[in-house]
Amino acid sequence: MVSGLINANPVVYEKKERRQRPASIPDADEYSAEAIDQLEVFDHVRDIKDPEHPYSLEELKVISEDAIEVDDRRSYVSCFRVTFTPTVEHCSMATVIGLCLRVKLMRSLPSRYKVDIRVAPGTHATEAAVNKQLNDKERIAAALENPNLVDMVDECLAPSYA
Amino acid sequence: MDFDDEGSNFELKEIQTLSGHTDRVWSLAWNPATGTDDAQPVIASCSGDKTVRIWERSALTRSWDCKAVLEETHTRTVRSCTWSPSGKLLATASFDATTAIWENVGGDFQCVSTLEGHENEVKSVSWNASESLLATCSRDKTVWIWEVMPGNEFECASVLQGHTQDVKMIKWHPTMDILFSCSYDNTIKVWAEDDTGDWHCIQTIGESSNGHSSTVWAISFNAGGDKMVTCRKHLSTLSGYHDRTIFSVHWSREGIIASGAADDAIRFFVESKDSVVDGPSYRLLLKKEKAHDMDVNVVQWSPGENRVMASASDDGTIKIWELATSSN
Repeated sequence: MVSGLINANPVVYEKKERRQRPASIPDADEYSAEAIDQLEVFDHVRDIKDPEHPYSLEELKVISEDAIEVDDRRSYVSCFRVTFTPTVEHCSMATVIGLCLRVKLMRSLPSRYKVDIRVAPGTHATEAAVNKQLNDKERIAAALENPNLVDMVDECLAPSYA
Repeated sequence: MDFDDEGSNFELKEIQTLSGHTDRVWSLAWNPATGTDDAQPVIASCSGDKTVRIWERSALTRSWDCKAVLEETHTRTVRSCTWSPSGKLLATASFDATTAIWENVGGDFQCVSTLEGHENEVKSVSWNASESLLATCSRDKTVWIWEVMPGNEFECASVLQGHTQDVKMIKWHPTMDILFSCSYDNTIKVWAEDDTGDWHCIQTIGESSNGHSSTVWAISFNAGGDKMVTCRKHLSTLSGYHDRTIFSVHWSREGIIASGAADDAIRFFVESKDSVVDGPSYRLLLKKEKAHDMDVNVVQWSPGENRVMASASDDGTIKIWELATSSN
């Protein structure tokens, strides 16, 4: 049995219907005029597997399309803010999930996009600490030099590359 | 220097882009002994590609070339690099938990010493003005002070505990043997030695009163050593100009503060003549948007030439700039 999991019986939701998209070139032109929208960002992350359960972040409602916002306050910098909701308040996997989101978007979006990742306000016991780590570039870089952590992340990301 | 009177517009001219690193460039340092009539300017840069590169400007062509790649020493990201005040030694701090000391031996850079002791990533390294001490700091929350002994030997003089989180950067005061450390715990600590040779934290500069608490990434002193600028999400006294993290700040001899941030921009600030009750105020002199294609991790003024500056970025490049005044 799966004892020892933080949330042994997560609620599993239906996946949202996928919008048909025209086939796109894998390595998008860095400077293509076409802006990336929330749905495209969501498409990159919806199938990431939860670290503990054989379900995607979308199915567990950890991430949804509405939780991705474009921050267009500055014309010369393109930013997205991604908010995710851990399934339980004391989820120790929150930083791993955040790291998975960050890595997938780092690998999928053109480098000119800035991404801020945060836990949905009020949904985690140590929200400020988690948010601070997930948005500290130096800490993220060091974490990604840890092979064990990278393996865990890659395992979660595998289903999202389809 | 009165920038308000200079009247004309400032512009940041791009002199050259130095490519070669295969990952983000975290930091760079101008060799303080170069940039004079006899010695061409030299820059050391360090990267996520685990190497350090030495760049030199050719006297003939005035173009920068990569003179050396210091590799196969650090086994992880090299986070910061700094030359000793005499320019003879280069210290490099790495996520591999070591600090390496390099010496230029007949044109060849050799690693002459490796400082071990930190439990995890070393983030920053700094020499004091007299070159008798070296300081390093780490995610292990400590700051180490090393005594520089003859024959490139380094002895740990003290392990400073006090920060409650990751220490991001340390810097010695330009003239006094006082050490400043800035941390993920949102504070800056000031360390000094007492009469018995023990190092203590003599002051802790806490979170700003406007309620914004965030990691302190870097500090810089003005030429006189009587002022210090710090950067977090905002520059102290300059809030509102940046709302993405400022990673680096550097005060020029003339009093121009350069900053590099996560919005890919480089900004310059000067003291404003509109003086205020509480002390001097600063104004934005110039903003260079899209100075790089990605985050600007470091800005450093040249020690030799006036208003020449270097920056480095997540985009893997280093850029050399001149802050020029455009004639009217």
